Amino acid sequence: MSFDPISLDHRIIYQLIAPGARVLDLGCGDGELMYLLAKDKNVKVQGIEIDEEAIYKCVARGLSVFHGDIDSGLKEYPDDSFDYVILNQAMQQAKKADFVITEALRVGKKLIIGFPNFGHINARVSLFFRGKTPVTPSLPYRWYNTPNLHFLTISDFKSYCADRKIKILESRYLSGNRIVYIWPNLFATDAIFEMTK
Amino acid sequence: MTDKKHSLDTVNIQYYTFAEHPNELKLVSGKSLGPITLAYETYGELNKEKSNAILVGHALSGDAHAAGFHKGDKNPGWWDGLIGPQKAIDTDKYFVICSNVIGGCKGSTGPASINPKTSKPYGLDFPIITIEDMVRAEKYLIDHLGIKRLLSVIGGSMGGMQALQWVALYPDHVQSAIPIATALKHSPQQIAFDEVGRQAVMADPTWNKGDYYDKPDKPEKGLAVARMIGHITYMSDTSMEEKFSRRLKDKDYNFDFTADFEVEGYLRYRGDNFVKRFDPNSYLYITKAMDYFDVSGEKLISKAKASSVRFLVIAFKSDWLYPPYQVQDIVRQLKIKGCDATYCEVKSTYGHDAFLLEIEEETHLIKHFLNKTFHGYNVVR
Repeated sequence: MSFDPISLDHRIIYQLIAPGARVLDLGCGDGELMYLLAKDKNVKVQGIEIDEEAIYKCVARGLSVFHGDIDSGLKEYPDDSFDYVILNQAMQQAKKADFVITEALRVGKKLIIGFPNFGHINARVSLFFRGKTPVTPSLPYRWYNTPNLHFLTISDFKSYCADRKIKILESRYLSGNRIVYIWPNLFATDAIFEMTK
Repeated sequence: MTDKKHSLDTVNIQYYTFAEHPNELKLVSGKSLGPITLAYETYGELNKEKSNAILVGHALSGDAHAAGFHKGDKNPGWWDGLIGPQKAIDTDKYFVICSNVIGGCKGSTGPASINPKTSKPYGLDFPIITIEDMVRAEKYLIDHLGIKRLLSVIGGSMGGMQALQWVALYPDHVQSAIPIATALKHSPQQIAFDEVGRQAVMADPTWNKGDYYDKPDKPEKGLAVARMIGHITYMSDTSMEEKFSRRLKDKDYNFDFTADFEVEGYLRYRGDNFVKRFDPNSYLYITKAMDYFDVSGEKLISKAKASSVRFLVIAFKSDWLYPPYQVQDIVRQLKIKGCDATYCEVKSTYGHDAFLLEIEEETHLIKHFLNKTFHGYNVVR
């Protein structure tokens, strides 16, 4: 299949997930990634999404999605209900990020998490030299309209995983449409980790 | 709202009689009922594989006439917005069945039917029925039509209860279910509203312990009050404000107990209209069936097969009769059992009535859901 119109983060997550797996996508949006996984990799996908319009788009793609927030959406699932839980660009908007990560690791054997890196050089420059809250391509909002409740760097997240004894299996760093190999905490706008308990 | 050119042409009511002596239907209460006649309508064509059949369940005051026009009628069936050629439940693709429930008064066997033992209307000799009994009767009809497995069972309110009951009872015979604005069981508040309605009927002196069929008067006043209470619970605070506000029927207050406010006039009109088409005893029996309904906890998906049923669950934000948190109890069970399911809480101000009115949103969800259920991923996108 052609990857051209697909964003790099979706491409990375798509490659991490094994064919035929059971996947829960938290904050699945309009279901673009779930649709790729379902159609091309025979993955059994289920989404959770708060936005009603996004749910209509998922249903139009034949996808199954629960209307609700990710903070309270996982409670009923038994342990290890899924092979993977995806939390892409959604964790920073959860009210209780720590709780959501813990729950996601409980209901999924593996967790794939993607978030914008607040430690990116542009963010540092903006704050250090201009004294202004950073506005970057991966953090495009102003202080008064951002949906993000949590701002973190790649280093923050790695320390968190070490503290919580969460094993990082894979890590990918990206800047726009490019993969970043050196000094990711400085040069990556976004990070994607595959983790397990 | 309904465009005739997109509606079905003339549709006809049909009848199927079964459970004749000595093969009466054994009811949940332990009593038996038979013979049973079900009034039903079908739309569209059953395909050769018999894999395109959809069963529609009606609500408390509904009937088998879900879509199209009866000969000479100005108004179409109660869910005509959703059922018809190219509509959400597309009769060009699917074979749609809707039957009147047992206990009803629109052609199916109910308390107004003739009791074969006495050759008089049953009245209160009609046995208490449950949603499970209604569904068992529907199963006879589906068997009669030669359908092994329904593509979907769908309904709002009590129709949604039937859809859930089908999953609980016959998971092998259901590919998907679409319960809308419904619940796994009635809460005390819902039972309370039903009980007030029943008391209104039974307090009417002409009710006469259900024996009024050969009398000049039937308990129309009581039934009208019951219906008025019902209508209050079907609307929302917002929809009432929009529809009536405090507008008056006349220029000024009348300073008496006539209907000053438009909302009073509306409720009276609705109540009076209802008694022309509904049997008071049926109201008692059907509301009781809803109150007994309970597929909570393990009961919904007790058989392994049931977890392979696909679900589309719909709630409406302003519905306070079957509020979203109650509809979400269904969703919680589906998560526990790992079912393939979609839940959508539609932003609507219509209250419980939304399941009859929010046609555009329901169409979007139902049409694509059925498409995926019928064809898989290959035709969607």
